Amino acid sequence: MEARDAALGAQPAIRLRAERRRFGEDVVKGVLALCALISVATTVGIVVALLEPSVEFFREVSFADFFGGTEWAATFTPARFGVIPLVAGTLAVTAWACLICMPFGLGAAIFLSEYAPPRLRRTLKPALETLAGIPTVVYGFFALTFFTPLLQDVGLQVGTFNVLSAGLVMGVMLIPTVASISEDAMAAVPQDLRDGAYGLGASRLQVSTRIVVPAAISGIVASYVLAISRAIGETMIVLIAAGGIAQITADPRDPMQTMTAFIAATGIGDVPTGSIAYKTIFAVGLTLFVFTLAMNIVAIRLVRKYREIYE
Amino acid sequence: MSAQPVDLRGGDQRERVKAGLFYGLLVFSVAVGFLLLGTLIVDVLRKGVFLLDAALFLNPPSFDPDRAGARPAILGTIYLMGLLLVMAVPIGVGTAIYLEEYADRNRWYNRLLELNIQNLAAVPSIVYGILGLAFLVRGLGLGRVLLAGAMILTLLVLPTIIVASREAIRAVPDSIRQGAYALGSTQWQVISRQVLPAAIPGIATGSILGLARAIGETAPLLLVGALTYVAFDPTLLGDFTALPIQIYQWIARPQEEFRLLAAAAIIVLLVLLLTMNAFAIWLRNRYQKRW
Repeated sequence: MEARDAALGAQPAIRLRAERRRFGEDVVKGVLALCALISVATTVGIVVALLEPSVEFFREVSFADFFGGTEWAATFTPARFGVIPLVAGTLAVTAWACLICMPFGLGAAIFLSEYAPPRLRRTLKPALETLAGIPTVVYGFFALTFFTPLLQDVGLQVGTFNVLSAGLVMGVMLIPTVASISEDAMAAVPQDLRDGAYGLGASRLQVSTRIVVPAAISGIVASYVLAISRAIGETMIVLIAAGGIAQITADPRDPMQTMTAFIAATGIGDVPTGSIAYKTIFAVGLTLFVFTLAMNIVAIRLVRKYREIYE
Repeated sequence: MSAQPVDLRGGDQRERVKAGLFYGLLVFSVAVGFLLLGTLIVDVLRKGVFLLDAALFLNPPSFDPDRAGARPAILGTIYLMGLLLVMAVPIGVGTAIYLEEYADRNRWYNRLLELNIQNLAAVPSIVYGILGLAFLVRGLGLGRVLLAGAMILTLLVLPTIIVASREAIRAVPDSIRQGAYALGSTQWQVISRQVLPAAIPGIATGSILGLARAIGETAPLLLVGALTYVAFDPTLLGDFTALPIQIYQWIARPQEEFRLLAAAAIIVLLVLLLTMNAFAIWLRNRYQKRW
């Protein structure tokens, strides 16, 4: 041993690291990490921006009045701060949107994944996604000036501003969201499962509904959750087409105000900083943020689940 | 030798009817979207196409619908696009490079970073508007200016650009990196001379789609105060408006003439966005490499 070490001793051990530290490399890495930090700062910024005025808001209005009150009139005197009408408006529009986007989105996903030949799928999928690329202000215009009059023409006595029209148009807008994520989940289902079922004599209908859909269910649910989250957070369609009256009603032909529409309507007006009306923007915004954050976390978990199983 | 032809289609008559009905339903599901898209485009064209004249592009907005135009709004949108291009794209691509090439995924902070970006992607756009209102407009005292609008839209599209860029970078095979390292390249040399050039088509496609999305956003701009009467050309630190805002403003007016003007402005916006989308798809098909 010692003899061999002595023989090799003249040569230093080979080092695989760089000869000298390169400062340029470190600078580059630092700059890139700084870029990544901006998104962290954004999240922190959002939370701080929402929390601080909200805390002040809740000093003036009690939790019970805000979350339990059924009357909303933030900019009137005497002001009322019961958020339930806004939540009800949001949920009503979301429910109508889901009625459209869930079945049709799933149907489109099954068609793309199980029925369409590859070439058709490659053209249909991006084409369907243009639907998601149309600005929401355009959908709002369409709902207000075309779809609502259309509903009136077919005999539904809807008002100029109504929940139904806004919800249905939003539902169509969300079809690509559901279809795209569900289709991804279906594509991750191993071909073996399908082949096994076909080998046992199953039809395409049976393979789609009894093999592929159950196997992809976590992805499909994730797409639904994400669609609900989008519907809750959508602003322009409801601002333009659903009206600005915060009320609780079960009739979709009536106008209702959503959380987002309230924020936008109040934010447009030049409310003085520090006034209670200004702070309500943040309190409602915080409620909205918590709603959507919870749904996103659920959706991310679900997507991870099907990825773990099949990929 | 009169063997009955075997029916390989399987199932009885009822099964076949069911299969046919199911297929019809699926085709209808796909068609619903296109039906609405087609109706929307025809409706907007019918209402607005005859108002697409020089006045729309050259005149400022006015209380007289015959003279009203969208010049400040169109310019505002173009400026926003330029600012987004220089702010959102470098930051987004930088983040993507960090996450794909440098970040050690076993570290908790890098995992948190990824989760954070996933969450940001699904934050409602109006919440970004609130952020802008609180920090840029009121907090920093920047006021309701073009730069504030551009900064908010930058934060809004970052997740989109990051996700698309990461996918493009990840698609570059490791053998290329290893080859460059074997020739003695440093890490940044590998990234800047091998990985990035190979990933550029994917990055460009994702960035253009992200920009197109940002240009159509209305809600966050409403909150940072683009909804004012702007009769002059926008400047970086001055009042501004943009096409979606102008459209909303015209929709909100009760007179029918302004609704028609809104339709004309929508045509301009849609042509701009569809051109960007088509260009992005062309770019992807033309330059995308399959490794």
